[in-house]
Amino acid sequence: MYVAVKGGERAIDNAHAWLAEERRGDQAVSELSIEQIRNQLTLAVNRVMAEGSLFDPDLAALAIKQSRGDMIEAIFLMRAYRTTLPRFGYSRPIETANMACDRRVSATFKDVPGGQILGPTFDYTHRLLDFALAAEGEVPEAPTVTAASERIPHVAEFLNQEGLIQTETPSEAVPPDLTREPLELPADRALRLQSLTRGDEGFVLGMAYSTQRGYARNHAFVGELRIGTVDVEMDIPELGFAIDIGEIEVTECETVNQFTGSKTEPPQFTRGYGLVFGQSERKSISMALVDRALRWKELGEDNLGAPAQDEEFVLYHCDNIQATGFLEHIKLPHYVDFQSELELIRKLRREALETVAGQVPNVAEAAE
Amino acid sequence: MTHLYTTPEAEMNAYNFAYLDEQTKRMIRRAILKGLAIPGYQVPFASREMPMPYGWGTGGVQVSAAVLMPEDTLKVIDQGADDTTNAVSIRKFFEKTAGIATTEQTTKASVIQTRHRIPEAALSEGQILVYQVPIPEPLRFLEPSEVETRKMHSLEEYGLMHVKLYEDISRHGAIATAYAYPVKVEERYVMDPSPIPKFDNPKMEMAAIQLFGAGREQRIYAIPPYTQVVSLDFDDFPFEASKADHACDLCGADDSYLDEVIMDDKGTRMFVCSDTDYCAARRHAGHVGAQGIPEKESVI
Repeated sequence: MYVAVKGGERAIDNAHAWLAEERRGDQAVSELSIEQIRNQLTLAVNRVMAEGSLFDPDLAALAIKQSRGDMIEAIFLMRAYRTTLPRFGYSRPIETANMACDRRVSATFKDVPGGQILGPTFDYTHRLLDFALAAEGEVPEAPTVTAASERIPHVAEFLNQEGLIQTETPSEAVPPDLTREPLELPADRALRLQSLTRGDEGFVLGMAYSTQRGYARNHAFVGELRIGTVDVEMDIPELGFAIDIGEIEVTECETVNQFTGSKTEPPQFTRGYGLVFGQSERKSISMALVDRALRWKELGEDNLGAPAQDEEFVLYHCDNIQATGFLEHIKLPHYVDFQSELELIRKLRREALETVAGQVPNVAEAAE
Repeated sequence: MTHLYTTPEAEMNAYNFAYLDEQTKRMIRRAILKGLAIPGYQVPFASREMPMPYGWGTGGVQVSAAVLMPEDTLKVIDQGADDTTNAVSIRKFFEKTAGIATTEQTTKASVIQTRHRIPEAALSEGQILVYQVPIPEPLRFLEPSEVETRKMHSLEEYGLMHVKLYEDISRHGAIATAYAYPVKVEERYVMDPSPIPKFDNPKMEMAAIQLFGAGREQRIYAIPPYTQVVSLDFDDFPFEASKADHACDLCGADDSYLDEVIMDDKGTRMFVCSDTDYCAARRHAGHVGAQGIPEKESVI
């Protein structure tokens, strides 16, 4: 006797209990603390903050712990939490020219005012597994110097002084808010950048890489890459002036790209821009390349039909929370749809086989 | 750091009735009203990240959250059944965040959230049916660009859809769409009914309000009560609402949509109602299918 499947509720509860146990792992091994994740898996924390669109290292560390290290799951936890937060207002634009830089490099000039500051980078490490780390030894102290107190100017401004690079026109327009308004196309640059900065690192990297390999190629130099902390200021209506409400770490990348000029404009360099929460170099460079590729219309270039030039393609597919949700939903039951397909294909096959049988009679007999 | 360490009770109390804040509900209600005013038109709305994944009913959940009132009774089905895992999960979500009454009985519910089915029992005035929609755009698989498809809707340019249906007939001898079968609403907008089997399409002309929520795609659309909803077809190839050519083996119903269940490794099949409430109510009333047993005996 068939009894309809029941017990979904109990199955879910049991699955959650098992998941919690698996997350904890072997109880004989000490549990990871939020502090440990925040301090020792900083780049993971940064990615979760960037794509989760919420600057809060403690919450990001918690999300990583809760998600068993699944980054997209952690980002999802951050996003779902973020939406529930009340909006008190918008901060003033951060002033990256006043950044306290931990790292600042330019690929376009050997030296620049403010200097090249390598900072804590993997760039010149040899990728050899360090077995000493497995032994959990002490880390030798890094040498320190007193940071220069003067402002570190943006490299692109030096090119701008000569008119060699296209000037970004300042705008007082209120930028749209992707998290409060539906995405509608065409998107202006502010909206595109907003979408890219929270877009999936892998997707944005792949798009950027495709431009380097010839799909809407526009050779990019890293004019400047800087990582450091900036103050966040907010106007407080009751006070009548802006106050610092905190500081955040960001990575900013400005690329210098070729441009051949047009009938009306002499040749000039153009720019791509990337800005991401935390130390997120790969992401911010990728973002700058994709930003530049998406500016083809504004800069009078041809649409080459490359994926990275197609804002609808890029913006609709860069969000990993949307993508993973829709992708993974195909594991949900679909048996009603499948049933209707089953009936249709049986009907079509029956009709097709009847037609074939009618056209070529006695095939089986002839073969005998 | 204090926000990290709260109790589960405090955590749930921190959320508004039915999870969403009132401003967000207001925004969604405006989209719903616009949708009702322009039946079949896809209204963009600022879909929020929900605590369940996109593609798992976030659009339906947001619409339900916006229409639910404390006195409502909610029913949630997936594939016609109240006990499928995702239906259970969504029902629990609203039990937890809204504290409302829930039911499995179609007739007792004031709001029904569904995925992939319309209940067999006719809905009445005062009920709201909320659909979860994965891809709201009926033209999407003919034209991938949203910019283009919105243009096609505004110009009422549906030739591409008719060509697709015609090509189906010339290739297969029939329209090869079994679910998410496109409809035209009040002779204006071509609309995706969400992936319900085409068996359910004729039910869409009903007394209840039908609301469609697509969270990831940020669209809401609606059909007011007693609105004309026509499944696309041709004079010589009329639309046909089809189902498995069987009666339910449990309750004997021959008018309900059936699931095919594989019983053993020899491939023996059994057909049972997809609408679990409909089937249970019939058995309760004494109907018995070919392989069913009378309810009184089964209870013992």
